[in-house]
Amino acid sequence: MLATRALSLVSKRVISTSICVRGGHGVAKVDDYNPLPDVRFVTDLSPVQKSLKEKEKGSWATLSNDEKIALYRISFKKSFAEMNKGSNEWKSVVAGMLFFIGVTGLVVLWQRKFVYGPVPPTFETEWKEKELQRMLDMRINPVEGISAKWDYENKEWKK
Amino acid sequence: MSYSKMSLAKPVMRGLLGKRLRFHLPIAFALSLMAAAAFKFGVTEPRKRAYADFYKNYDATKEFNNMREAGIFESVRPTGK
Repeated sequence: MLATRALSLVSKRVISTSICVRGGHGVAKVDDYNPLPDVRFVTDLSPVQKSLKEKEKGSWATLSNDEKIALYRISFKKSFAEMNKGSNEWKSVVAGMLFFIGVTGLVVLWQRKFVYGPVPPTFETEWKEKELQRMLDMRINPVEGISAKWDYENKEWKK
Repeated sequence: MSYSKMSLAKPVMRGLLGKRLRFHLPIAFALSLMAAAAFKFGVTEPRKRAYADFYKNYDATKEFNNMREAGIFESVRPTGK
């Protein structure tokens, strides 16, 4: 449980550490959102945002809730709720799985018809009956197995 | 720059593994013992009884003769020939 959560954080980090971010969205690849981004989300601040950043340097008790949210949005692309939100991707995955399993089934059927030769004669019913009779005659597995289930007196399977 | 104290409880930092073990080890032991007992009484004891019952009234000569009549041996033919 702990290990899987740590692993998911690590995998999110892997995406960002493999991308070189040189500040600003001018770079072709942007740091994909994770809980600990390298760079602030909004890099070119509007005058309103700049004054807000100045206000942030003072006591935080004077900030209103809207200002706190605005400051958060400057630094981060998504909230935790947005980041953790699930998607409908699993439906596509299951659909793809079922589709390819179906294709595999068709391939198997085609193989049976056009690739494989006939099954050996040892699979015929008569042959199998003779096999079973011989096994019973030899008392194969007489304690717990096949011969234990056969009634030798009445020549039938035990009830 | 002075901040008013926010009162959040400090999270538990120590003894996490010990706590987990104290919870999970007795359960693990109990389940393992139950699995072993189930196997003993579900598999091995019936098997021992099956073998004991089989050999209690086992007549080897009679079985041999039955097998001989069925014609499976190559060293002895059925008594007819």
